[in-house]
Amino acid sequence: MSAVGTRKSHESAEGHVTGRAVYTDEQRQPAGMLSLWPVMAPHAHARIIRIDPSPAYEIEGLVTVLTTDDIPGENDTGTIVWDEALFPTEFVKFWGMPVVWTVGETEDAARIAASKVIVEYEPLEPILSIQAAIAQDSFLGFPVTVERGDAQAALADAPHTLEGELEMKGQDHFYLETHTSWVVPDREGNYQVYASTQHPTETQVVIARLLGVPSNRVVVTCLRMGGGFGGKETQANPYAAVAAIAAYKTGRPVRVKLKRDHDMITSGKRHGFLGQYRIGYTDEGLITAVDMDLCSDGGWSVDLSPPVLLRAVLHADNAYYVPHMTVRGRIAKTNKVSNTAFRGFGGPQGMLVIEDAVDRVARALRLPPELVRERNFYRGDGETNTTHYGQEVVDNRLARIWSEAIASANFAERQGAIAQFNEAHPHRKRALAITPVKFGISFNKKVYNQAGALVLIYADGSIQLNHGGTEMGQGLHTKMLQVAAHTLGVRGDRVRIMPTSTDKVPNTSATAASSGSDLNGQAVKDACSTLLTRLAPVAAKLLELDGPEEIDFIDDWAICRTYPSRRVRFEAVAQQAYDDRVPLSATGFYRTPNIYWDYETNRGRPFYYFAYGAAVSEVEVDGFTGCFKLRQVDIVHDVGESLNPLVDRGQIEGGFVQGMGWLTMEDLVWDEQGRLRTVAPSTYKIPTIGEIPEQFEVHLLERAAQEGVIYGSKAVGEPPLMLAMSVREAIRGAIAAFGQASAVPLASPATPEAILDAIEGVQAATSAAETRQPVLFD
Amino acid sequence: MPQSSPPPSSPTLSFTLNGKPVRLRQESPTTTLLHYLNQSGSTGTKEGCGDGDCGACTVVIVGEGADGQPQYQAVNSCLIPLGSLAGREVITVEGVANGALHPVQAAMVETGGSQCGYCTPGFIMSLFAAYYDGVVDDASVEGNLCRCTGYLPIRRAAQQVTGVQPCDAFASQLSQSSPRLEPWSLIQAEQSFFRPGDVRSLLNLMAGHPTATLIAGGTDLGLELSHKRRLYPVMISLEAVAELQGISQTPDAVTIGAAVPLSQIEQTLTGVFPSLDTMLYWFAARQVRNRATMGGNLGTASPIGDLPPVLLSLDATLTLVSQPDPEEALHERTLPVADFFTGYRETVLQPGEVIRHVTLPHTLSAGAVRRLSQSYKVGKRGTDDISIVAAAFTVDLDGEDRVVQARLGYGGVAATPARAIAVEDALIGQPWSGETVRSLKPMLHDAFTPLSDLRGSASYRRRLVANLFEKFFQESQS
Ligand SMILES: Cc1cc2nc3c(=O)[nH]c(=O)nc-3n(C[C@H](O)[C@H](O)[C@H](O)COP(=O)(O)OP(=O)(O)OC[C@H]3O[C@@H](n4cnc5c(N)ncnc54)[C@H](O)[C@@H]3O)c2cc1C
Ligand code: FES
Ligand code: FES
Repeated sequence: MSAVGTRKSHESAEGHVTGRAVYTDEQRQPAGMLSLWPVMAPHAHARIIRIDPSPAYEIEGLVTVLTTDDIPGENDTGTIVWDEALFPTEFVKFWGMPVVWTVGETEDAARIAASKVIVEYEPLEPILSIQAAIAQDSFLGFPVTVERGDAQAALADAPHTLEGELEMKGQDHFYLETHTSWVVPDREGNYQVYASTQHPTETQVVIARLLGVPSNRVVVTCLRMGGGFGGKETQANPYAAVAAIAAYKTGRPVRVKLKRDHDMITSGKRHGFLGQYRIGYTDEGLITAVDMDLCSDGGWSVDLSPPVLLRAVLHADNAYYVPHMTVRGRIAKTNKVSNTAFRGFGGPQGMLVIEDAVDRVARALRLPPELVRERNFYRGDGETNTTHYGQEVVDNRLARIWSEAIASANFAERQGAIAQFNEAHPHRKRALAITPVKFGISFNKKVYNQAGALVLIYADGSIQLNHGGTEMGQGLHTKMLQVAAHTLGVRGDRVRIMPTSTDKVPNTSATAASSGSDLNGQAVKDACSTLLTRLAPVAAKLLELDGPEEIDFIDDWAICRTYPSRRVRFEAVAQQAYDDRVPLSATGFYRTPNIYWDYETNRGRPFYYFAYGAAVSEVEVDGFTGCFKLRQVDIVHDVGESLNPLVDRGQIEGGFVQGMGWLTMEDLVWDEQGRLRTVAPSTYKIPTIGEIPEQFEVHLLERAAQEGVIYGSKAVGEPPLMLAMSVREAIRGAIAAFGQASAVPLASPATPEAILDAIEGVQAATSAAETRQPVLFD
Repeated sequence: MPQSSPPPSSPTLSFTLNGKPVRLRQESPTTTLLHYLNQSGSTGTKEGCGDGDCGACTVVIVGEGADGQPQYQAVNSCLIPLGSLAGREVITVEGVANGALHPVQAAMVETGGSQCGYCTPGFIMSLFAAYYDGVVDDASVEGNLCRCTGYLPIRRAAQQVTGVQPCDAFASQLSQSSPRLEPWSLIQAEQSFFRPGDVRSLLNLMAGHPTATLIAGGTDLGLELSHKRRLYPVMISLEAVAELQGISQTPDAVTIGAAVPLSQIEQTLTGVFPSLDTMLYWFAARQVRNRATMGGNLGTASPIGDLPPVLLSLDATLTLVSQPDPEEALHERTLPVADFFTGYRETVLQPGEVIRHVTLPHTLSAGAVRRLSQSYKVGKRGTDDISIVAAAFTVDLDGEDRVVQARLGYGGVAATPARAIAVEDALIGQPWSGETVRSLKPMLHDAFTPLSDLRGSASYRRRLVANLFEKFFQESQS
């Protein structure tokens, strides 16, 4: 039996289905616990003139109102840049920004009291779009340019060029569990924090900063999250910090669990982007040059916008070799929530722009889009297989995945059937599209590419496993249990995974960038290997063997390799080790080797490796309403040698559907005053089961072991999200079938209204071309 | 004159939770079940929205199936006030595993149906209810959102447990349950909750409490309870009022009690009115339809209510009942649905008046030989979304396929649900052809002056008003 590589259900699955799995706000409440409620700004941009909390104190059960004066340390929760006041002192910068928080004996008391707090504002003009920010020169951080060759010259020489623009909206994370934190102070100046956070160390650092205490006074524990998707990477910090300030002020335990609308109104989302490009190409559809501008909507503060932007810029090639490429990126500063990490971290946005451009090229040349895509893949060796930032695409699996996807989807045959259908149906059109994914794995920020673990063996042979990663549903803990059990050669149920906690593993990285298993897996393996080197001599002694090299740990036994009937149970070895005074706990550590990035030249090898995939989607579009139906999906995805096929499949399916939501129905709407109008699932629609086609096939690429990664596996958290671009391109194909246009502009998300607009655009272009036609032949 | 008695008053609010009796004395009857569960330490049931939209809070109650038999029904605990549960049986995720995992739980574990697990208790309860119906499919969980799995493993789990005829403890318990609700009331210092058993006592209560709030399924009112935590001083439930229940069919018409849950209508009337079938299919999700009523959909008078367009297109009438004088007979009046709405969220309902039933004629207009009828709903998301535009059409044709009568009902295009009367008139006598329909599209396009909002622009709505009618025509041709 090998624990690694087998299909194992989530380690908490039984807890999930029985309701017994405990999340932050579902722990047994300590006596005297208080609750928080925000007082939210009714303007997107305003000066605070006066705050008068006194009327709130008339409400029974109100304990206190928190303001800036209550912060003993720094009033700032910023991470990359310190530009995020926890309590705004002078300006409110987005609609709904919490200005002060009430602390109540109950949530009801806090809520009612919050409505009594008087805040006077002087409204100011807000900046509410990327275009407005550009016009007013309102930016965050620094622009970034990544280039290879001379795009301008190559565009001038190109046989054909075209220009395009694509604006795409962001996306709410819509994790089912909203932001939640508990802070329990002791009487000695220490704080136990329970937070739904992807980055416990950062939450710890931020709280310590606000409290003005060293990090060792603050322990942050994450039991598990009801979803994260990047939304709890930095965004969890301010809520935990407010609870910490309240705990500091009152000396009592404090909880905060955001109502769904508060969560959607106040927390950052996926960045919307504006992409503008010029692309040069040949008659065959080979791209010769791309010049691209990407501008993200950063919102009111920096947050993670710079690395998100960089990843967008580094993924503006997707799978395509562009000999001359310039990509410039900027971050618009607007009066909206501070946008943040979201599965893909800018990668999807960059890729969407190049996919738009490639489609334009194909339609302009009247070539099948899939042909133009394939022709432009990274290929061969050297330059044609090297990205615009100078990283060689070693172990390029694009061509293999592509042909497997085409074959397994029965692409050609279905194209024929679709053409027949479209011929027969003037008001409904179908289309098939295939799109590739190439996604770089590693944190852009080099220091984050490290991880630690702590493994404890007790004398009875039971084991506790700690590592720095957090569990948000992605199955990280399940995989880490598998890695630990496999490395130690023990049964899985011998190992208990512990809540992630900063007093077990310090200085951890965010569980993000799909890196959780890669980094923590190696650290867990390292710790377990250390323990084995200590246990092997003990086992050898027990079995009266000459040396530890004779010992294998397999299936809960220590076994003599050359004489397997000589064996002793794992718990006996553990007991003996204790008796022999052998240490039974060990830390493990890992740092990703050989990655580097030069921030001066913007070149390097930022990614340890690439993950690849391709998806084929078929849709049907209704010409009367613009509604579409996803009919079939076929995916081939590269997860290396899967640690757990059930978990990996789950990531692929879930990522795809989340991406489809982003690109088709999840439509964030702000009004002219900067008020977010989509603050609940009644107005913000994520996919339901009704949108999932009956036919949905996922193939894990076979013979795919990835060298240098934990047990040959590959990161799988983010890359599948971008497989959903195939849905968007299939919709575009179906829209195209309503006419004969040489370009099919399509807004993102492709809502029914956007699709109907695009159909009408295609029909108008077609009839315009038809009326022009005779003139041409005159 | 039949006697009516006020509902007996009880000092406690009692129900059964996972087989154990719960008796509450202090708790407000308008506290939602979800709030109560979480406050009392049952944290398995989750809050994902408090809006009825995510299903994380799903629990199961024993209700009355379309066949009059007790049925396990999934409902949103975030919307349902405790008062509505008096005398009922409630099962939550904590009550499902009997030593071993329940088959629906085991299936979800096996298929990888949970990732973060936060949505899972809700899915388990939806699957649980469907399991005892014997049909577990996508529709069973359409009201449950999952952000992690993409639903595929959940679908696989559903496929594993569908088509079973369970004979376990839950099945036998169900067969012994009574779905009938007894009249009941709770009078507290600050709040009262009444559940009268007949229309007279309902009207008496309304006369005695002129500011009372009527609650049927609570799927609209629940939002006030859940989010705003509004404390209604007097609430009167329509659930047990006998005269508001039941569906009766004659050769000419169908009469639907105002307080009949939509899921019962759906099952009882399948195939009778295609446009009603379709609209109920797209109406919210299972949990909501198990509670929501036609009376509530009309009473809330939302311009985007989905049933009014259907009722308009079928020339339905409403019967309202009141009792101006307690000594006198009941006063009933019947009016076309079209006359019910007077303005944005305003109706002709007078104080002391309730909707008793809705009557849907299914006779062809004079001179007609066949009827075409269908409804459409467009939202940003196909499933379980609020309409951008809803439309329902009924066209009666004579032997030569000329239009004898047409009804075009729309929602989402004006302050009230509305008919495109000018177009209806213009259709009369015209051949039912693409030419006719296309020639009327400009008129339809300008028939209403809809607004732009977060769901869609005015221009899109106008185009839908016209296009949906053409879509109806196209579909009637195939
Ligand atoms: C998640 C969700 C999805 C929804 N989706 C849809 C949808 O797709 N389409 C749609 O149209 N609606 C939808 N709704 C709204 C709601 O479900 C419907 O309006 C439903 O029909 C209301 O019925 P109810 O019995 O629950 O009303 P209640 O909430 O009980 O009552 C609503 C109002 O009507 C009054 N009322 C109820 N019965 C009567 C009566 N007999 N006489 C006089 N007044 C009465 C009440 O006093 C109250 O003011 C949705 C709601 C939710 C929470
Ligand atoms: S909490 Fe979302 S439906 Fe009840
Ligand atoms: S498992 Fe996370 S929302 Fe469903």
